[in-house]
Amino acid sequence: MKISCDIDIKHLTRVEGHGNIRIVIQDGQVREASWEVVETPRFFEAILVGKHFENAPYLCGRICGICSIGHTLASIRAVENGFGIMPTVQTQRLRLLLKHMETLQSHILHIYFLAAPDYLGVGSVLPLTRSHPAVVQQALRLKLLANDICDEVGGRRLHPTRTVVGGFTMLPDRYRLGQFRQRLQASLADLDASVSLFRSFSIPDFQRETEFVSLNGNGDYPFIGGDLISTDGVVKKEQEYAAMTNEYMAEWSTSKLSRLSRKSFAVGALARINNNFAGLLPAAKVIAKELGLIPINHNPFMNVVAQLVECVQVVLESMQLIDDLLAVPWQEPRQAVEVREGIGVAAVEVPRGILYHCLHFDAAGRVVKADCVIPTSQNHANIRHDIEELAVFCAGQGKKDKEIELLAEMLVRAYDPCISCSVH
Amino acid sequence: MTTNKTFLGVPVARPKVGFFELSSCEGCQLQLLNNEATLLDFLSLVEIVRFREGMKEAGDEYEIAFIEGSITRADEEERLKNIRAKAKLVVALGSCACFGGVNQLKNRFNDLEWVKKEVYSSFPIDTQEVKPLSAVIKVDLEIYGCPIKKEEVERIVTALVLGEEIHHPQYPVCMECKARENICLFDLGEPCLGPVTRAGCDAWCPSNRLGCWGCRGPAPEANLARLQIIMAERGISPERMMDRLECFGGFADFVAEVKGKKEDGR
Repeated sequence: MKISCDIDIKHLTRVEGHGNIRIVIQDGQVREASWEVVETPRFFEAILVGKHFENAPYLCGRICGICSIGHTLASIRAVENGFGIMPTVQTQRLRLLLKHMETLQSHILHIYFLAAPDYLGVGSVLPLTRSHPAVVQQALRLKLLANDICDEVGGRRLHPTRTVVGGFTMLPDRYRLGQFRQRLQASLADLDASVSLFRSFSIPDFQRETEFVSLNGNGDYPFIGGDLISTDGVVKKEQEYAAMTNEYMAEWSTSKLSRLSRKSFAVGALARINNNFAGLLPAAKVIAKELGLIPINHNPFMNVVAQLVECVQVVLESMQLIDDLLAVPWQEPRQAVEVREGIGVAAVEVPRGILYHCLHFDAAGRVVKADCVIPTSQNHANIRHDIEELAVFCAGQGKKDKEIELLAEMLVRAYDPCISCSVH
Repeated sequence: MTTNKTFLGVPVARPKVGFFELSSCEGCQLQLLNNEATLLDFLSLVEIVRFREGMKEAGDEYEIAFIEGSITRADEEERLKNIRAKAKLVVALGSCACFGGVNQLKNRFNDLEWVKKEVYSSFPIDTQEVKPLSAVIKVDLEIYGCPIKKEEVERIVTALVLGEEIHHPQYPVCMECKARENICLFDLGEPCLGPVTRAGCDAWCPSNRLGCWGCRGPAPEANLARLQIIMAERGISPERMMDRLECFGGFADFVAEVKGKKEDGR
């Protein structure tokens, strides 16, 4: 086939952080196809060394501007696991509610602001404010609701203030929590409208078989802690995370990379659903099936659909969490913390996939060693192999430059990469 | 400038603005999208020609450049100088851009090689001592905070568009906290930098019962000697106080003076 193209995208747009795509096809042969991570490292793991434990969640939240709540909660869990602290049921419920609302906020941001413009043929959400005002309004309503609940529970939507080791500095207002329950109920209509919008999108039909890693929900849908599993049958304990991530470096990336049973694996909404479809609530399951998402799905573009299914899941679960919280009188927000020497590991499902924080403490509660394994760093190698396969697929179909460029961009965006987070 | 808005019947210029990021979490840019209720009004005030995280189009003509993040690599210095050459007005957005932010905590170690090895072991990685924007280019305006407060950005951008002078509060966070009638965190046994940190956040953290960590840097008349006495009287260790003072880089001079020398990683 006589097709040639030369695609050189420096600093891909509508993703968090800095990455490059390069695809060269000559006379139908792929000469080069790569995904490169050029983000500057910030050295959080070194920064934490010597710091007293209370610094860890405060600093680690600042690894990421989108999933700061997830990082804060993972760091808190690592500290609490290290010190042998078991959070109260009340604290667990509030943390899960907070994390669900971060997931909703982050997924809506990605679905509507970062991914949807490609499906609607525009360069950003800005033209959509004129061409599709109702769509933009429903996205803003959903995002606003999620952020408002994050403010109420976590104190602040970005870099939360109330979340500390041992619980919370203060509790949300019970009355307002009840009002949020009503707004969540009302948001289901906006999510329905989002599902209808997705039915009109034509998701590229591209498959590449890979391994998917996530937490195991044991019948529930997984979010905080538990066993680590993969679609290739690997099962590990939370504290064995290093055997699940097997980090290594390569010259094309300033982020560390991961592999397990194959040359790469994927984490994120699609991985969670592929591993835990049975744990989805019935309403979420119906939507997944309706949008053609049945496990094990090997189309990376379907991650956006998986995110939408998760939006429904977290909204329904959050309503239940608020009901449970309001059904009982509340306890003190914060438990006493006693430091001890040891190692604490946390595995938390955050919007872009499974996140691990591991902290080693001395007897005074200071960090001796820190390790954070970020969802996007686990995805980078898989993204690169997808790009290689996509180039072959496009060359085979004789697609034009512009089409190939757009597909490659959409592919990377589908992972919703958080690149500065992955390099941290 | 394009003109299609009026204020009290007077045409208002709609400046072209670009958003840029160096080493950062990109959270400050996201804060701009995070105020959904006023987002569309805000967007009507300016013409965004570049916002990599949000749009594919990338214009090279802008009057105001908002820059987030700190400098940690030589190529970032070059990018920054190019932006400075094109923009009429450069705004440092957030604590990383203003003071180095949490990134500058790595500067506290005396051995940069140890820092690299701790994270990347033997893999070669390029990094340098963290610098704020003002160490490399002239910065016209600083917007403080980690994260920045959207309401403050909107107020400042509105003032810029209308050609008004920008004023930052001269008093500390403590004043705003008192005005909100919060319980003093020192009375709850928590350390707080509210007495010395520049206001403007409306005591964001203390109102959520988290002591201030000083992300906005020192108030013009910060009495740091007195802060040390307050902390000591309340039984808060110098280590906990220093953790906060050194966290974002705003108090770097004072920290250097008190600590004397840099730390060994190991």
